Amino acid sequence: MPEQAPGVRVKNFSEVALGYTPELAKAEAARCLNCKKPQCRKGCPVEIDIPGFIARIVANDLDGAYKVIRETNSLPAVCGRVCPQEVQCEGECVLGKKFEPVAIGRLERFVADTHLSATACETLTGGDECKLVREDLKVACIGSGPSSLTVAGYLAAQGIKVTVFEALHELGGVLVYGIPEFRLPKAIVRQEIDAMRAQGVEFKTNWVGGKTITVPELMEQGYKAVFIGVGAGLPKFLGVPGENLIGMFSANEFLTRVNLGRAYKFPEADTPVIVGKNVVVFGGGNVAMDSARTAMRLGADKVSIAYRRGETEMPARKEELHHAKEEGLHLLCLHGPIEFTGDENGYLKGVSLQKMMLGEADESGRCKPIACEGDTCEVPCDMAVVAVGTGANPLIPQTTPGLGITKWGYIIADPETGETNMPGVFAGGDIVTGAATVISAMGAGRKAAKEIARRLLG
Amino acid sequence: MANTILRKRSLIPGMTSELVIDAPHIAAKARPGNFVILRVCPDGERIPLTIADADPTAGTITIVYLVLGKTTAHLETLGEGDDILDLCGPLGKPTDIHKLPGEVICVGGGTGIAAMHHIAKGHHKAGNYVVGVIGSRSKDLLLFYDELKVICPEVLVSTNDGSFGHQGLVTELLEERLKTSPLVSEVVGVGPVPMMEAVAKVTKPYGVKTTVSLNSIMVDGIGMCGACRVSIGGKTKFTCVDGPEFDGQLVDYRELAHRLGAFKPQEQRSYEEFKKSHVCKCSHS
Repeated sequence: MPEQAPGVRVKNFSEVALGYTPELAKAEAARCLNCKKPQCRKGCPVEIDIPGFIARIVANDLDGAYKVIRETNSLPAVCGRVCPQEVQCEGECVLGKKFEPVAIGRLERFVADTHLSATACETLTGGDECKLVREDLKVACIGSGPSSLTVAGYLAAQGIKVTVFEALHELGGVLVYGIPEFRLPKAIVRQEIDAMRAQGVEFKTNWVGGKTITVPELMEQGYKAVFIGVGAGLPKFLGVPGENLIGMFSANEFLTRVNLGRAYKFPEADTPVIVGKNVVVFGGGNVAMDSARTAMRLGADKVSIAYRRGETEMPARKEELHHAKEEGLHLLCLHGPIEFTGDENGYLKGVSLQKMMLGEADESGRCKPIACEGDTCEVPCDMAVVAVGTGANPLIPQTTPGLGITKWGYIIADPETGETNMPGVFAGGDIVTGAATVISAMGAGRKAAKEIARRLLG
Repeated sequence: MANTILRKRSLIPGMTSELVIDAPHIAAKARPGNFVILRVCPDGERIPLTIADADPTAGTITIVYLVLGKTTAHLETLGEGDDILDLCGPLGKPTDIHKLPGEVICVGGGTGIAAMHHIAKGHHKAGNYVVGVIGSRSKDLLLFYDELKVICPEVLVSTNDGSFGHQGLVTELLEERLKTSPLVSEVVGVGPVPMMEAVAKVTKPYGVKTTVSLNSIMVDGIGMCGACRVSIGGKTKFTCVDGPEFDGQLVDYRELAHRLGAFKPQEQRSYEEFKKSHVCKCSHS
C-alpha cells in the first residue's frame, strides 16, 4: 500500500476527507474544464478516462461513470483512497497551476462507493436481490460497533429484520470514535453501514441502551433476540496523584474528541482538544500508538510513550509501533508514573517517572516490572494521555435485572453461542471480554448471529 | 425522533431561554436529576444540559440554557418548529427522592434554578415540604420564580442588588433557615461552582445531608471517555454515570472549577468566530 512519507503524514489527517455527498461531488466535478488534451489522464498509470467519468458525474450518470473507470481500473474504491493522486492525475491537472486541482481521487472514490452501496445485496449475499425482510422475526442490536454490525449484516443477509440502537450521534462505535482516520477511514465504515441499510437493517442513533431503551423493554416489544455489543466502558487511570490536572486525558477522551468530534479541524468543527507541545502517552498497546500518532498529527513538538516494560513486551502490533517510530515517536520504556505535577491554575507541567526493570514472568506470562528504587526522573509535559485499558460500562447491567455479570462488571456469555444467562439475550465484544480487538469482536458477533439465525429460522 | 422545538420562551433576552422539545422517548423516562446531551449542527459539539421538566403525557422535555459559547449561541438562534439535530437521554442517575420527615431546602443560583426545579418538583411529588431558595444578580435575571411557587410552600429570594427579596447571597438565606427550621432533612444545591461550594460550607456545621448537581465537561455522556471525572472524597468518579449528583461535602470544588476552564481559550475563540459570522456555516447544510 502506498504511504505518505512519515514527515508528511505526521502533519495531516489526509484520510479525514469523508466521502462526497452527491451535491459536493457534483460541485467538484463541475470544476473540471474537460480539457481537449487531458493532462490528468497522462498522469494516471492506468490511463483512466478522467474527464469522461467526471462528465458523467455532472450528468448524474453514476453507473456510467463507474463503467468508464472500470474499463481500465478494477479497484476504484481502493485506488480512490490510496493512490498518490498529487503526483499522478491531480499533479497534472491544469487547474492546479493556479488553484486547487480537481479532486479526482475523491471523485473516483465517490463513484465507487456509490456503486458498492447500491449493490449491497450482491456484495454481501452473492445474489442479485436481497431476500425479503422478515418483519415478524425482529432482532435488536445495542451498539453499532464491530460486533453489532457483524450480527446485523449476517442476520440481514438471512432476511431477518434487525434494528441497531446506537447511543452516539454517529454509527460505527469504536470504528468511528476510537480508531483514527489514518488507520481506518470513516468513509469505509459508512459504506459498510450503507450496504446494510440497503439490505433492510434499521439504524437508530442517539438511543442509549440501558437509558433510552432497556433490554427488558426490547424483549417486551417483541424482539426475538437482543444482542448487546456496547463495547468498552470507563477508562482506567493510573492511580497516581495529579491525574485530574488540565492536559490529562484518557485515550478514550482524546481520541473521541479528535475522531468523533473532528477536533483536528477546530474551530471549523466545534469540539476542542488541547494540543500539547510535550506529550507523554502511558501504555504500550494499539490505543497508545493511535494516541501518540494522533498527537503528532495535531502538531505536538515531542511525543513519548512511557511503558513499564520493555519494547518487546509492548502489546501493540509491530507495524503500528514501526509506523509510530518512523514518524518520530520517542520511547520511554521501563518507566512507570509516580506523580503528575501542575501549576497553580491546575495545568499539567510534568511527570515524575520511576525507572523499572524486568523481573520474573507473572501469571499473564509477561515479565513483571520492578521499580529500581531511587532511580527516578522528571519529564516536562503539558499533555498526557492514559491508554492503559478500560473497565466495563455499567449502563446495561444496571437496567437489566438478573443479567449475569462478572465481579468486574463484564457480561457473562456462552463462548460458543454468545448467549447470556437470559434466554434470547446475547452479548459479545469488549463488554464480554474486556478491551480486545475489532476482529475478535466481529468473531463474537458472528457466533451469536449464527446461533440467533439457527433459532429463528430452524 | 425529530426533536422539534414546540415552544420557546425567552427568560432573559439574548441570554437564557426555555425550550419545550418533542421527545416522547426521553420524556417517558426523564426523572429529576437526569440530563440530555445535544448537538445543534453537523460538526457541532456535544453538550450536556439538565432536564428542567418533563411531561410524559405530552411527550415533551424542557431545557433551559444560558448562552455561554458557540453551541448555546447557535441553539438560541433556533425557534419554534426547528429541530435539534441530535438529542439523547435521559442520562445520569436520577435524584434519590423519597418521603422525608423534615423539610427539603432546594437552593438554586442562575441557570441552576431551572435544573433545581425538576428536583424540587420530584420532592414535592413525593410529599416532602420543599423550601425554594433562589438567587440572582438582580430581579430581571431571576428564573423560575413562578414555577417554584407552584410546588414550594415557601420560595425565598435573594438578589445581589436588592431589587427583589433579600439583598445578598442565597447562602445567607440558607443559613438563616437552617438556624430557625425545626427539622431539615436535606439541602440540594444547583448552580455555579462557588455557590455549591458555599452551600456545602454553610450546611456542614448542621450535619444535614447536602446534595449538589455537578456540571462537568462531558463528551459522550454515557460512561466512555472520563472527561467528566471529579474527585469525590479523594476518589475519582464519573459525573455522567456515577452522578451528576454527589455529596456536597465530598466534592473537590477547586479541581472541578479548574477542569471546567480546561478549554476556555478554545471556547472563546469558537464563540468569537460564531458571533462574527452570526450564522452558523453548517446550519443549513
